[in-house]
Amino acid sequence: MKKHWWKILSICLLAYTFIAGLLGPVPRLPLLQETIRNLYFHVCMWFSMMILFTVSVVYAIRYLRTLLPKYDRASRLYAGTGILFGLLGYSTGAIWASYTWADPNIPLLDSFSTIARDPKLIGAAVALLVYAAYMVLRDSINDIDKRARISAVYNVFAFVLLFPAIWILPRILPSLHPGNEGNPALDVKNDISSSMRIVFYPAVLGWTLLGVWITQLKIRLKKLEDKQFES
Amino acid sequence: MKKLALFIIAILTLNTQPLFSQAPKTEMAELMRSDGRIYVVIAVILAILTGLILYLIRLDRRIAKMENEK
Repeated sequence: MKKHWWKILSICLLAYTFIAGLLGPVPRLPLLQETIRNLYFHVCMWFSMMILFTVSVVYAIRYLRTLLPKYDRASRLYAGTGILFGLLGYSTGAIWASYTWADPNIPLLDSFSTIARDPKLIGAAVALLVYAAYMVLRDSINDIDKRARISAVYNVFAFVLLFPAIWILPRILPSLHPGNEGNPALDVKNDISSSMRIVFYPAVLGWTLLGVWITQLKIRLKKLEDKQFES
Repeated sequence: MKKLALFIIAILTLNTQPLFSQAPKTEMAELMRSDGRIYVVIAVILAILTGLILYLIRLDRRIAKMENEK
């Protein structure tokens, strides 16, 4: 039971997010209205993705230092869960944008062309595609050691590319996406209200722990598979 | 026995009849119907969350069992 405490914490935090996220007080803003509650879900996906990719790159570097296959395995699977969270973040963002950014007077498909040009969306798509290429690259190399080494190096490259793609470029260019000035969601002074912050931070932790849980299961399963393969 | 059951049903339906016709609004502790029924949404998403978590827990247990067998 001792090593399961973080799983229980994750469940509790997610339940709290779902209840307090829908019932808690939020600022009344025009256009956003109740959709501001998406902060607890959509934004958390990206935060979790970023954390999972960071864990992945840490394992990649540890693999390069030690050449132990277990680090390569962890690196690969954390990147996989990161992509899953990224895709969820992207699709939730698409739904959110179609009801807040899109002009209700013109058909959705027409306003899509303006929305799709948003630098934040393109940046996020580039970042996800770079990580998708990581998966393709891995599977295209048959030699196990070579695969692990090349993909670990590529993982570092992909992680570095995340920064211009989703953190820097969208903030330089004009964007509809909020958070272009300063530190979105982390700025204590003039960003999200404190009533939202007490839900948002636990939500990030809860979602991230859920991602770690899923990845842990995948790692343990892969370990068993590898063992079976060897014997 | 059958007659008794019928009698009881008859009494019950007769008794409830006036309740249906009158009493347009009886304020009770109706949590699930208040605030635009947002609590129903919460119940639904919590059900989904519970389902997913239970699935994860089962997977976790099964993998643990496989690990112990080795």
